[in-house]
Amino acid sequence: MSAATNGVNGKGKLLEVNDLKMHFPITKGIVFQRQVGAIKAVDGVSFDLYSGETLGLVGESGCGKSTTGRAILQLYRPTDGQVVFEGKDLVQTKGEELRRMRRRMQMIFQDPYASLNPRMTVGSIVGEPLDVHGIGSSRKERQERVQELLKIVGLNPYFVNRYPHEFSGGQRQRIGVARALAVNPSFIVADEPISALDVSIQAQVINLMEDLQEELGLTYLFIAHDLSVVRHISDRIAVMYLGKIVELADRDELYRNPMHPYTQALLSAVPIPDPKIENQRKRIILEGDVPSPANPPKGCNFCTRCPRVMDICREQEPTFKDYGDGHYAACFLHE
Amino acid sequence: MPKLLEVKNLKTQFFTQDGVVHAVNGISYIVNEGETVAIVGESGSGKSVGVMSLIRLIPQPPGKIVDGEVWFDGQDLLKLSEDELRRVRGNRIAMIFQDPMTSLNPVLTIGRQITEALELHLNMSREQSRKRAVELLELVGIPGAASRLDDYPHQFSGGMRQRVMIAMGLSCNPQLLIADEPTTALDVTIQAQIVDLVNRLKDELGMAIIWITHDLGVVAGMAQRVIVMYSGFIVEEAHVDEIYAQPRHPYTLGLLRSIPRLDLGRQKRLVPIEGLPPDLLEAPSHCPFAPRCSFAVDKCWEANPPLEPVGPNHKAACWVDISGVKVIADVKETEVAA
Repeated sequence: MSAATNGVNGKGKLLEVNDLKMHFPITKGIVFQRQVGAIKAVDGVSFDLYSGETLGLVGESGCGKSTTGRAILQLYRPTDGQVVFEGKDLVQTKGEELRRMRRRMQMIFQDPYASLNPRMTVGSIVGEPLDVHGIGSSRKERQERVQELLKIVGLNPYFVNRYPHEFSGGQRQRIGVARALAVNPSFIVADEPISALDVSIQAQVINLMEDLQEELGLTYLFIAHDLSVVRHISDRIAVMYLGKIVELADRDELYRNPMHPYTQALLSAVPIPDPKIENQRKRIILEGDVPSPANPPKGCNFCTRCPRVMDICREQEPTFKDYGDGHYAACFLHE
Repeated sequence: MPKLLEVKNLKTQFFTQDGVVHAVNGISYIVNEGETVAIVGESGSGKSVGVMSLIRLIPQPPGKIVDGEVWFDGQDLLKLSEDELRRVRGNRIAMIFQDPMTSLNPVLTIGRQITEALELHLNMSREQSRKRAVELLELVGIPGAASRLDDYPHQFSGGMRQRVMIAMGLSCNPQLLIADEPTTALDVTIQAQIVDLVNRLKDELGMAIIWITHDLGVVAGMAQRVIVMYSGFIVEEAHVDEIYAQPRHPYTLGLLRSIPRLDLGRQKRLVPIEGLPPDLLEAPSHCPFAPRCSFAVDKCWEANPPLEPVGPNHKAACWVDISGVKVIADVKETEVAA
């Protein structure tokens, strides 16, 4: 990406992702496994993330947004590309060094029911990262830190000895947030942190995440499929389709002036809770389904469903470039 | 419009080891012919149990419909024998379930699953029913319908599976289609396809729809009337335009305020509904929403307010008049959606 963008509020670059690729092999045979293909879950994703900002990553299921988040944190080792975090390329980092870097970046998971060990108390769940990374000199100190963390996320510190099943979905997600914060990270990947929660609870968790960002200066990569939530919480938004980012822009710019036909369709598909507006809107209904990432179409990935497809789209792949003010898009309509 | 379905004081409870779960606490409503009624509520609000009770799809035991009447076409469905009810289910009242991944039988071809109902209810022959199945799949927009009849559910994508479910639901030309969160498991672009499809089919076939959802956005575009449920009670019922413009129950207001809206500028902060959803094990003696309600007064803790008319086409169960409160309070910039 160009160096011209000076980041949000002129802050420094925290993370730089260059041409990240995450291909999962498809193999045949039981003993001698031959690779017969690859699922290109993430296929050349590049973006920058600036200190203290929230980048929203949206797309439909199977577009590779979660894989991108995991590949950045090296939970999957990327096939190719660079992930430069605080000046170091994580893809080339291994072992102890990578483990130390993990203190600086954490993850909040989607399902608060599956991501907390049911046999561990809240205290040990939140305290585990402290033990793993050897933070705090004594047990007592760690315990105090755990209680402090619970307080930060709005839970009663006396809950340390309770088990996850004693909590509701929203409270569990708070525990997940406390665990992520335990090691004082600067960067958090939040993978659909609210989609498993009830509507009335979602706003509680969003507000919590916003407050924490302000207090602790966190940087978020916020992965979600819900565009209205992403628009609310993000500074910039990247739209993914079939393993690639098709458009990236400032939140309001993306909404006011979506350049890519997929972004336009996605925005028009989001229902608005107001019958007056809803009855006047013109929906762009996309035909068909997302193609398989094992066998993406030739040319532009979106050409099979694009309402404004041209001949060139089926031949060549559009380049992802800046159309001014950090509004990136990959579409031949604008070239 | 003549009324098609009338539910009177329906009460469903589950008798569990931990006690009696008060899932549905006496709800009454009407669905007219050709009308789309949305039932909105969170998990545990009783919205699914409420409609499953209509055609007795509640596992009994532990569940039990303890009281109420369900009048459909001159008969009380709750008094029918199992055999009589079976002739109504899937035939005149059809249901689409939430998760198309788990509600189709994975070991039967979709052709077989669609023709099953046709042979059973309409006494069609194998050939007739297969022909009709192809028509139905075409109706719901599955490309190459004839060649896909012998495919298994796993060969379809999520959106396509939901279309198959809808085709099954429509197979016997039902008068009432109950859709239980039919788009919740789907992506927004696919959701838009399905909503579009159901709206189109409704106009073509003239059936009534009960659409259950937690998403107030989807409802705005398709329903004529909205019923809001909380803790097994109907707390508000109104015409769709009314309920969004001027909700009269604090819970509805809270729901509308707590969701970020794509068409508005960035709200400074979302206004969440504080607290937790209610425990259904306790039989409520006060207003079930009182512990989370910012408008609550003493009376709310003394008695549960009945659902009463607050205007034409508008009912609410609340002791407090919140009609002066605006839904969108502190929005700076307002942009109207493209």
